[in-house]
Amino acid sequence: MDGLISFWEALPELVRIMLKIVAIMLPLMITVAYYTYLERKVIGHMQVRMGPNRVGLFGFRLLGLGQPIADAVKLMFKEIVIPSGANKLLFLIAPMITIAPALAAWAVFPFDAELVLADINAGLLYILALTSLGVYGVIIAGWASNSKYALLGAMRSAAQIVAYEIAMGFALVGVLVAAGSLNLREIVMAQEGSLLHWYWLPLLPLFLIYFISGVAETNRAPFDVAEGESEIVAGFHVEYSGMTFAVFFLAEYANMILISALSALMFLGGWLSPFQGTPLESWFAWVPGILWLLLKTFIFMFLFLWFRATFPRYRYDQIMRLGWKVFIPITIVWIVVVGLMKVNQAPWWFN
Amino acid sequence: MSFEKFLFYLFAVLLLGAAVMVITRRNPVHSVLFLVLAFFNAAGLWMLAEAEFLAIALVLVYVGAVMVLFLFVVMMLDINVAELRAGFVRSAPVALVVAVIMAAELVVVLGPARFGLDSYAAPDRHPADYNNTAELGLALFTQHIYAFEIAAVILLVGIVAAISLTLRRRPETKYLDPASQVGVKAKDRLKIVKMDPEENA
Repeated sequence: MDGLISFWEALPELVRIMLKIVAIMLPLMITVAYYTYLERKVIGHMQVRMGPNRVGLFGFRLLGLGQPIADAVKLMFKEIVIPSGANKLLFLIAPMITIAPALAAWAVFPFDAELVLADINAGLLYILALTSLGVYGVIIAGWASNSKYALLGAMRSAAQIVAYEIAMGFALVGVLVAAGSLNLREIVMAQEGSLLHWYWLPLLPLFLIYFISGVAETNRAPFDVAEGESEIVAGFHVEYSGMTFAVFFLAEYANMILISALSALMFLGGWLSPFQGTPLESWFAWVPGILWLLLKTFIFMFLFLWFRATFPRYRYDQIMRLGWKVFIPITIVWIVVVGLMKVNQAPWWFN
Repeated sequence: MSFEKFLFYLFAVLLLGAAVMVITRRNPVHSVLFLVLAFFNAAGLWMLAEAEFLAIALVLVYVGAVMVLFLFVVMMLDINVAELRAGFVRSAPVALVVAVIMAAELVVVLGPARFGLDSYAAPDRHPADYNNTAELGLALFTQHIYAFEIAAVILLVGIVAAISLTLRRRPETKYLDPASQVGVKAKDRLKIVKMDPEENA
């Protein structure tokens, strides 16, 4: 053990950072792969089907656990078709622009009180800035494809994401007013106390709006008009095939995981134990914080799938109305309420 | 050359290169994308100057919101570039004069005579726990509170003006009231008639 630690210390800084990045990315990518499997299974069971159950591993069926790997291999070996008249460079860059921010945002994400790659002051702002970049991939893909459907999908997506980003930003303003910090670790520490100290309660409207806007930001059902199979075939990625399509797919799921993890961090107390401040606290003291964080993240990840199986797609004008005329006014009012609570040191969150 | 200096020159060269591309590209969509690149590099430069709040805000506001709308509009428009460039030769002399005057003014004000290290000492490096965001907030909401609030009011007036300019009532469009849509009950729309089954002949 000591040998390992001294070996770690002897490595150059750059190599250490690279290894840390691998330690975040590898589990994330595996989670993304099995999230697609989980989605098909969960929606399958909600619709009284079995979901994928044929592709196994090493000759055993294992409930179809080999499915994501088979899918990945299939997509990798498919041809990447570039439409004639497409802008080749932008066409190929677009998927990368979509996935890069979804992965880069994890740099400031604290998995534990100590476990964070870069503990920066303006962590929340950094995440907000990076998540706002994802829309470029969609717009560029839609435009570079030189296809009507793709362009329509890109336009819908751009208008929708700009609208919901404002609501999302305002919801986060509420969080930072409550916590008094932009640092994600301090935001979690400010929620310490008990299950009722977490920000889901004092910021309940902002919590709901943040998560719903997150669903809209990731272009997931019921806000998936950007792909709307029944109207515009598959929207912005209709011309993409093989690995380029797979990267869009990965980015969507990586973004869903990111939104889930951020909701858990900012409104459900991150790695804090739900039994804090109760007699049960000492019973569960052995549970590592990261496990609570994963559990809370998983709740939101499941909600994404549940939404998709439950709600029909929103009509476009209703999406716009919801974003601009319902969510944004509510967030503005609640920011004032949070400010008043903070100034008057409302019990028991802010005193 | 230190790594930091290397980064500065890298960002600076990319910024200038992207800025030149913005005005020379034929395709307006490419121009907008190069403008995005220019903003990114400007954010990098500000980050090097230890202004992380401004750097991230630049990306968040300009790249994340303003340029998306730009791109949105530019993609929808069918701009004929040849037509736009037709007047280039005629207006070139005027543009040249304006450009030279502006460049000369910049050199006079920012040149080494008035803006060099002799006039302004190099600022001290901040310690690692220096919080740029908090400092900026303190300065804005104490020292500069009036300027800040006046700017906010001007922006609000701008929003109201833009909305009132574009708002028009169009009675001919069919508009659905979501509240009354949601309020519809089955018994308002559906009439269930009870009747005896008919005998088959």
